Amino acid sequence: MEVFISQIFTGLSIASILLLVALGLAIIYGSMGVINLAHGEFVMLGAYATWFLQQYAGIGLIPSLVLVFLMVGSIGWVIERGIVRHLYHRPLDTILATWGIGIMLQQLVRLTAGAELRYVELPESLSRSVDLLGINFSVYRLFILLVTGLLILLTWLLLMRTEYGTKLRAITQNREMAECSGIDSQRIFGLTFAFGAGLAGVAGSLVAPIKSVSPDMGTHYVVDAFMVVVLGGVGSVAGTAAASGILGEVTAGMAYLLNDTLAKVIVFIAVVMLIRFRPQGLFSQLVRK
Amino acid sequence: MAINRRSFLKGAAGAAAAVGFPHIWVKDLGQAYASGGEIKVGVLYSLTGTTAVVEKSLHNATLMAIEEINAQGGINGMKITPIVEDPASDPATFSDKARKLVMGDRCVSVFGSYTSASRKAVLPVFEKRRNLYWYPTLYEGRECSKNVIYTGATPNQQQKDFIPWLTENFGKRFFLVGSNYIYPKEENNVCKILLEQLGGEVVGEEYVPLGHSEFSSVLNKIRDTKPDVIFSTVVGDSVIALHRQYKSAGFDPEKMPMASLTTSEVEIAAMGGEYGAGHFTSAPYFMVHESPENEKFVESYKRLYGADSVTHFVSEPAYFQVHLFKQAVAKLAASDISPENIRDAVQGEELMAPQGLVGIDGENLHTNLWPKIAVCQSNGQFKVIKQSAERVRPLPYWAYQGQSCTASGLKGA
Repeated sequence: MEVFISQIFTGLSIASILLLVALGLAIIYGSMGVINLAHGEFVMLGAYATWFLQQYAGIGLIPSLVLVFLMVGSIGWVIERGIVRHLYHRPLDTILATWGIGIMLQQLVRLTAGAELRYVELPESLSRSVDLLGINFSVYRLFILLVTGLLILLTWLLLMRTEYGTKLRAITQNREMAECSGIDSQRIFGLTFAFGAGLAGVAGSLVAPIKSVSPDMGTHYVVDAFMVVVLGGVGSVAGTAAASGILGEVTAGMAYLLNDTLAKVIVFIAVVMLIRFRPQGLFSQLVRK
Repeated sequence: MAINRRSFLKGAAGAAAAVGFPHIWVKDLGQAYASGGEIKVGVLYSLTGTTAVVEKSLHNATLMAIEEINAQGGINGMKITPIVEDPASDPATFSDKARKLVMGDRCVSVFGSYTSASRKAVLPVFEKRRNLYWYPTLYEGRECSKNVIYTGATPNQQQKDFIPWLTENFGKRFFLVGSNYIYPKEENNVCKILLEQLGGEVVGEEYVPLGHSEFSSVLNKIRDTKPDVIFSTVVGDSVIALHRQYKSAGFDPEKMPMASLTTSEVEIAAMGGEYGAGHFTSAPYFMVHESPENEKFVESYKRLYGADSVTHFVSEPAYFQVHLFKQAVAKLAASDISPENIRDAVQGEELMAPQGLVGIDGENLHTNLWPKIAVCQSNGQFKVIKQSAERVRPLPYWAYQGQSCTASGLKGA
C-alpha cells in the first residue's frame, strides 16, 4: 500500500514537471499554430537565469521565479517580433527557424556562461522531506506540484476570464474575422509567445535544483513537451494537464515494474500507436479551419 | 635485345615503383619520427560537443605536462611538439583525426580519449598503423591491445578494497544502479563476484538511459528493498540528478551511502557540496591527496587554468602519462624512436606521480596504481579515508576466469 501511494505520488511528480514544461508549448502551438522547437532552450534559459540571479544578485529560488518569467518572456517577445511573426503564413518554415534559434541560444549560453554544469541551490525549507501517513514525501516535489497547479489555474483564468484571453481565443478560431472586429492580432500573438516562453522559463528554474543545468539540457525537455501536447490534443489546457497526468503515471508505473529504459520505450510506442488511430490527440477542441 | 611495347611498359612500371614508392622496400623511415630536434605527438581530446567539459581538463593537463618537459630542456635535447585536434565528442571524427595524426603528421604517439566509445573507434587505426595511443580514463577493462597504454584504473583496482570495506562498515546488501551501457555492466559484474565471495547480496540492479534525470522510480525501489549500500556507476549529468533527488527523497548517507566509481570533484562542484557530502568514491587519485608531487601538480594547474579549476582522477593520469612517455623516449637513441620501441621501453617504467609511485605493467600495458577510498565533504572536496596498503596490479580480465592479457596477447579467450 505504502509503495502504491508513493508510486502514485512519483507519477504525479513526473507529471507536474512534464506539464510545467509542456504548458507554454501547448499555448504557443495550440493558439498560434507555431511549432516552436526552441521551447527547450527557453527552459534552459530559465534555468540559467535562476543560476545567474542566485550567483550574482543573491536572489533565492522563489523570488526569482517572477523575475525569470519576465526575463525569458521578454526574450520570447523579441524573438516573436523579430523572426517568428514574419513566418505565420509559412508554418513549416517556423520549424526550421525556431530550431535555428534554439541552436543559437544554446551556443550563446555556452559562450557566455561556459559549458560546465551549473548548480542552483534550494532554500533550506524546501530541501527536506516530510512523513505523511508513514510515507516519505520530498517537500520540493510537493512544492512543484503546488506551483504547477497554480500556474494551470492562472493560465485558465487568463484565457477564459480576461479580455486578452477572449481576443486570443477569437483569433485562434478565425483570425480574419477577429481582425475585422478590430482585434490587433499582431500584438496578441506577441504577448502569447512571450507568455509561453515565460512559462517555459519558470519550468526551467523549478527543475534546475533537482536536475542538472547545462547548455544542452533543453533538447530532452522539448521532446517530452511535444509528446504531451500531441497526446493531449491541440488547444486545450485541460487536455494538456490530463495528458501529462497519464504520461507521468504510466512512466512511473512502468519504471517501477520494469525499469526506466523499458518505460521510455513503452511510452513512446503507446503514443505512436495512439496518434496512428487518433491523430487529433485525446482531448482536442473543434476549431474551424 | 628487341624492345617491344609490352616489355617497355613492364620495365617502366617496375622502375617507377622502385623510385616513386620507396616505402615498399624501406620499411621504416627511422629518423622521420624525431627529426629536426622535435618529437611530434598528437593530442586528441574533444574541445566541443557533449563531453567537452571533462575532456578540456584532460587536454589542459596534457599540454601542461608537455610544457613542463620542454621547459626542462625536452627529451635528450629534443622538444615535444603537440599537434592538437578537436574530435568534437564524436567517435567517427575521433577515428578520422587519429588517422590524420598518425599518417599525415607522423606523430610517434597520441594522447587522447575520455569515453570507451571513442577509444574503440580509434583502436583499429593504432593497431593497423602500429602506432601508440595513451588512454587516461578509468574504464571497464576486457581489452588487450598492444598499441594502447592504459593509465586509468581497471575494475579490480577500484573495487578490490572498496567492496570489502563497504560491507564491513555498512552491510552486505547492495543495490546496483548504473547508466545503460557497457562500463556500468562490466563494473557490476566485478562487484557481484566480489560480493558473492564476501557472502553479500544484490537486492536490486537498475540501468537508466544515458542522460536520464528522473530517479524517483529508482529511489522508490531503493526505499522498498532497503539496501545497506547503493553502488552507483551512473555517469555524466545523471550523477547530479541522482544525488540531488536522493537528498530530497529524505535518504541519509550515514545509514545508506552511495558508493561510486564515477563521482569526482567535477560532478561534486556541479551538484553542490551538500548533496555529495557523506557519499563515497573509490579512485587512485583525489585532489586533496597529500604528496609533494600533487601539491606541485595542483598548484601549476591552478596557476595556468584559474584558481577555481579542479584536478580529478582522469586529469591526473592524463598528466603523468606524458611524463612516462618522456621517460620511455629518453631511454632510446634518436634514430630508434618509434611507437613500438617506445612501447617496449615503457614496460616496467616507474614514475612518482601525484597519486604515488605508478608503473606500467610489463604484461598488459595497464598501470599499477594506488587505489584510495574517500568520502565527500560539504565543501566539495573529498577526504581520503583509506589508501591501499600496496600498489595494485591492473587485471583487465579479472572477472573472466581463465582469460588474461599477456605480453603476447589475450590468453584463454
